[in-house]
Amino acid sequence: MAPAALPMFDAFLLQAGYNATLVTLGSMLLGVAAGVTGTFLYLRKRSLISDALAHATLPGVGLAFLLMVALGGDGRSLPLLLVGAGLSALAGLLCVHLLSTRTRLPLDAAVGAVLSVSYGLGIVILTVIQTLSAGRQAGLEGFLLGSAAGMLRSDALLIGFGGATAALLVILFRRPLLLVAFDAGYAATRGVSPARTDLMLMVLVLAVTLTGLKVVGLILIVALLIIPPVAARLWSDRAGVVVAVAGGIGGAAGYGGAAASATAPDLPTGAVIVLLAFAAFVISLLVGPVRGLIPQALRRARMRGHLDGTG
Amino acid sequence: MGSDFVMLSLVPMAIAALAAVACALPGNFLLLRRQSMLGDAISHVVLPGIVLAFLVTGSANPWAMLLGAGIAALFSVLLIELIVRTARVEPGAAMGTVFTAMFAAGVLALERSGASGVHLDVEHALYGNLESLIWLDAKGWSSLADPAALAGLPPELTVLAAVTAVVGAFVVALWRPLSVATFDEGFAATLGLPVRALSLALIVVAAMACVAAFSAVGSILVIAMLICPPAAARLMTNRLGHQVWLSLGLAVLAALSGYVLAGYGPLWLGFADSVSAAGMIAAVSGVILGLAALAGPHRRRASSALSTPAARPYKPPNA
Repeated sequence: MAPAALPMFDAFLLQAGYNATLVTLGSMLLGVAAGVTGTFLYLRKRSLISDALAHATLPGVGLAFLLMVALGGDGRSLPLLLVGAGLSALAGLLCVHLLSTRTRLPLDAAVGAVLSVSYGLGIVILTVIQTLSAGRQAGLEGFLLGSAAGMLRSDALLIGFGGATAALLVILFRRPLLLVAFDAGYAATRGVSPARTDLMLMVLVLAVTLTGLKVVGLILIVALLIIPPVAARLWSDRAGVVVAVAGGIGGAAGYGGAAASATAPDLPTGAVIVLLAFAAFVISLLVGPVRGLIPQALRRARMRGHLDGTG
Repeated sequence: MGSDFVMLSLVPMAIAALAAVACALPGNFLLLRRQSMLGDAISHVVLPGIVLAFLVTGSANPWAMLLGAGIAALFSVLLIELIVRTARVEPGAAMGTVFTAMFAAGVLALERSGASGVHLDVEHALYGNLESLIWLDAKGWSSLADPAALAGLPPELTVLAAVTAVVGAFVVALWRPLSVATFDEGFAATLGLPVRALSLALIVVAAMACVAAFSAVGSILVIAMLICPPAAARLMTNRLGHQVWLSLGLAVLAALSGYVLAGYGPLWLGFADSVSAAGMIAAVSGVILGLAALAGPHRRRASSALSTPAARPYKPPNA
């Protein structure tokens, strides 16, 4: 084997160092959590809102950085940046809610407006930061498209922890989530509050978004919530199976993308993860047993042969 | 001051205003048809098209990029249609799958091709390069009458002017059928209007506006121009004609004041450097929408059934 191929191999076998291993495992857990959470979002038809939530994190990241610098720090503490991101994501969510319920604007316009305006505000704050720390890279651009390379030990731990927590939460709460996703009225009669379950779903989306901010980036995190459920839907009509397959596809994409970018640091990690998930979608589109193109064609051919044979 | 302004600020301001107008016009109809997020999809799909055009032609020629983006948009529409038809995936989910994957492919191609750096890089794609579209040949206001200097205008300005003219002509020429089909597609169909063709044409026109505005403000802020001014205008009036004119006024207001605030605002506050003009334009349009949501005379949903547009007899806008 050529020596150049060896480091690539190492990362995929989790042998490329402690940090890279943590980030790879964390991204895998993140992918599992995103795939499963995304399935419930998809069933509740709330995928769009998660896009606004993800873009609304940007002003919070910038403001948290500025605040830390103003207080004498270097502004790079990932936990505090994520606190800022979480707060501004909640503010964005509140704006979507107010615009779509208190005015006559439809939900999609409210989502688009909040998404683009908070992103614009975030870009303004980023350019302020660039001029403040001239010559010193703040590295906040990494939050746009994600980068798994060059991460601190504490950041890697945080991502591993975040991915594990999100995956655990979604497994714990799968029953009420599934119940509400299929029949909110029936869920209410069984003592499961749809409003509280929807809130739980949004908390899960927030957890996935914040964990994925550094690795996948805020522009493409929504893809990790949309593509695995759509691909999984092609494999089965049973909700439990769809949830499991979506988690598996998300996990594989997160693992592969993070491992690939541990070996090639200039690869945009988020883009690689999304393209891996899309590859899984294309494979599902071809061979998925329920709605895949090849099984459909085979069924048609068998039917035709059957009709010809019996005349 | 005068000559500096003409060289550095006049062309970016004109480009910002034209982009805002070109996006707000179709944005009004997309808003009423609940297709606002279509702009989100289109603006993401534009990126791989522009990268493709750059890789094929080796230059950042805006006409080539317009063509590349058009091809990418067409490809994505066909792909979405294929997925919806063959695998019975819901249209919204198919759209989300295709546009995020194509955007990711564009980012990857841009990073790996070496195209980033010279004329095109990920940052420009994400937040535009309005400030760099300067008019180097301008000596002052007199240059506006000087053919030699006019020849040195950035080609982005020509592209945007042409696209704005096409978008404007489309809306003016098809005003009646477009507004009838927007409010009541079924009624429009019974009148014999080609509603499917109209809907497709509107999407094509919106895509053209997005592509042309992309060079100025980047992929994501296009969405702000497409949604915010029409949404703010929608909260201020019930008449479609008024809404469209109002949205154009608000779009130009956001573009010009956003540019000035980004370029000169930090100087007024004592800072040395300007901030992102495209980001500031989106932020200003958000402030305008916020004010309209707080105080617009028609901000609430009509409460009684009689006052909803559907219950009133249709009154032609130009009657």
